[in-house]
Amino acid sequence: MPIITMREALNQAMREEMHRDENIFLMGEEVAAYQGAYKVSKGLLEEFGDRRVIDSPITELGFAGLGVGAAMVGLRPIIEFMTFNFSILATDQIINSAAKMLYMSGGQFKIPIVFRGPGGSAYQVSSQHSQALESWYANFPGLKVVMPSTPADAKGLLKSAIRDDDPVIFIEQERMYGNKGEVPEDAEFTVPLGVADVKREGSDATIVARSLMVPIALKAAEELEKQGVSVEVVDPRTIRPLDIETIVNSVKKTNRVVVAEESHAFCGVGAEISAQITEHAFDYLDAPVKRISAADAPMPYAKNLEKLAIPDVERLIAAVREVAYLD
Amino acid sequence: MATQVVMPKLSPTMEEGQLSRWLKKEGDKVSVGEPLAEIDTDKATMEAQALATGVLRKIFVNEGETVPLGAVIAIIGEPDEDISALVAKAGSSEAQAENKQSIQESVKAGGDGAPVELARVVPDGARTQATIEGEPLKGDVGGDAGSEQPQPASAGGNRQPPPPTKQAPPATHEGNGQGKQPSDGGRLIVSPLAARMAAESGINLQSLTGTGPSGRIVKRDIEAAISAGQQKTTAAPAVAAPPQPPPPAPDAQTTPAPPQPAAAPQTTTIKPAVEGASPYRDEPMSVMRGTIARRLVSSIGPVPHFFLTTEIEMDRAAELRRSLNELDAEIKTSLNDFIIKAAAVALVQHPMVNASFQDKSIRFYERADVGVAVAIDEGLITPVVRSADRKSVGQISREVRELAERARARKLAPEEYTGATFSVSNLGMFGIDEFTAVINPPEAAIIAVGAAQAKPVVRDGEVVVRQIMRVTMSCDHRVIDGATGAKFLQTLKKILENPLLLMA
Repeated sequence: MPIITMREALNQAMREEMHRDENIFLMGEEVAAYQGAYKVSKGLLEEFGDRRVIDSPITELGFAGLGVGAAMVGLRPIIEFMTFNFSILATDQIINSAAKMLYMSGGQFKIPIVFRGPGGSAYQVSSQHSQALESWYANFPGLKVVMPSTPADAKGLLKSAIRDDDPVIFIEQERMYGNKGEVPEDAEFTVPLGVADVKREGSDATIVARSLMVPIALKAAEELEKQGVSVEVVDPRTIRPLDIETIVNSVKKTNRVVVAEESHAFCGVGAEISAQITEHAFDYLDAPVKRISAADAPMPYAKNLEKLAIPDVERLIAAVREVAYLD
Repeated sequence: MATQVVMPKLSPTMEEGQLSRWLKKEGDKVSVGEPLAEIDTDKATMEAQALATGVLRKIFVNEGETVPLGAVIAIIGEPDEDISALVAKAGSSEAQAENKQSIQESVKAGGDGAPVELARVVPDGARTQATIEGEPLKGDVGGDAGSEQPQPASAGGNRQPPPPTKQAPPATHEGNGQGKQPSDGGRLIVSPLAARMAAESGINLQSLTGTGPSGRIVKRDIEAAISAGQQKTTAAPAVAAPPQPPPPAPDAQTTPAPPQPAAAPQTTTIKPAVEGASPYRDEPMSVMRGTIARRLVSSIGPVPHFFLTTEIEMDRAAELRRSLNELDAEIKTSLNDFIIKAAAVALVQHPMVNASFQDKSIRFYERADVGVAVAIDEGLITPVVRSADRKSVGQISREVRELAERARARKLAPEEYTGATFSVSNLGMFGIDEFTAVINPPEAAIIAVGAAQAKPVVRDGEVVVRQIMRVTMSCDHRVIDGATGAKFLQTLKKILENPLLLMA
């Protein structure tokens, strides 16, 4: 199986799907001529032409709304945000139009649209450009929220997202575009939405990690194994619908959980996972669910402070040892 | 500084007290620890002690008067001190309510209900040995009665009363054998998983020490307890206990159970709060036992009684008693003394009957402490013969007579009438053939004994005359099932019909 970057895997996913279905088009800032701010759309303009790969003006609310309208009349748009930080401008179209159209039209208009782009922290892009917004979108019924952590998942999940008839928020981690991994070449390879993946099996504690936290959790698990602690790493991959069953099964096995996330803790996805674990596996918990989240402050610009603001391997190790009552 | 003396809480059920007799009069000097008055409660006559040194300045309650808990009964102060403010306040219902509340809070907090800074009491017997110089009463004074005393402030001239927040030590007369949880002062902290594991494996959480933060009991503590329990049973095969702690209560009506082994691997013996009461162990209740308890209570009230009656031939016991009493003028045993002894011996053989319902567990007592119902003018009281199974009939006889005498004089200390594990009520002397008695909670059973009377009965096909006594046992169905009670009565009957067994 070829080893490629997550950037290339996402590119493959769009290319394969656009070949498969001519109703699919890509639109966003700099996606065409510049081939994407992060080069995810590299070569697509050349291959599919400017009717299907479209540079938009710098107006998120406008092109997001254009995408929703296109979806209503039968196309399958992929709307790229240069980063999800800019999607904040488009939330009226995403939340009020895309998420609710099927419901408010009595099932007449499905909205098969993908809003995708990088999210989360990058490297020293400061407060306004380093946000993990998944909990915003996951809060609304009508939206699906996907966050891949490996190139293979990125490809398989994006293909599923494009084929899905509901609006999907697809958040790629900005720091992970260059991460490499084996990715199947099969044009029919997909990863279903709403199915978590056990990235590593273990018996003493579970780390529920998504996106950027997955490689960090796996590194922590490696270190902990040397200390004699067996850690299971569960990646939900889809935030909504959430595969709580896989998480709960893991908790039933290990009895202790750490939820790692790059977003803020308050009203976050980790809070939701924690609550559902308590609801479904209370009698299996040997310790309170521990969350390791971003600092409850805007992201600092300074490199040293930025490093301290998001969870790292050391903090995850300490958290696992805490819930396992080892310290 | 002048001090109020208030009506203290002298028994667990006391709401008011009658001032029986003042031992001091207005103008008398009093010092800390000195008895001030005798007070009749619902159970006994007790002495109220002075907690302040000075002069008994004012008495508010006349002899024979009954006042509610917390009412101001007197004021102690310096001879020339102005006490008009206190006098004015004394009669108010606010003052009484305030004092009563502080007493109740003290009781809730595990105290003995005596407002520390106001008045203290000792049962009779303690007084004679206690100093009246204000020295703290020691725990070994007066049969441990002194151990419940708050430490008074030093008796020096310029005394400060103890701060009102000072906690009275745990009462010894508060308990009725139920005692307090060992985790007194803080609830047990258990992880949800550990709680479930403990419930499934029948481990008593109270016996564990948690190794998690704040002493939280976690998975590894339960695993350690399980493996320790298994080791114990494999290491000590002499203990006839299965490796998994059995539910303590097999339903004897459907599953004839062998005699319960007294020892269980996972429980520890707990010293009771009442001085001199039987040590016990609490075993987690089986699910079936819990269901039986719930269903029966919802049917007929807090203690679901049922009754078993048997006829016992008392000829041999009566003969033995007569012979015994003829041997020595000092020996004055009654048939009831034999019944107490026989019941105690039977109790030891039937631990399920020598037990108590404890909400989540069944409490098994190690000793048979038999309460003996004694009718007194004002009502009924049940002094306790401790360890009756180990005492001779003669010893039981002497004790019962002595306790009954003091009961009639209302001079029993609380620990002498609380904490029995079983009771005997006998109305035979009133010519009653048969009756049912009400269980004295938290005991699980009581026997009601009728008169032994000559009756014609059939033995070996012949009509003969025998001394027949009817005994009716009231059982708490949450603990005792029909067959369990019946087996106990069988044993009791066998012993009384063959009293030589008491020598065995």
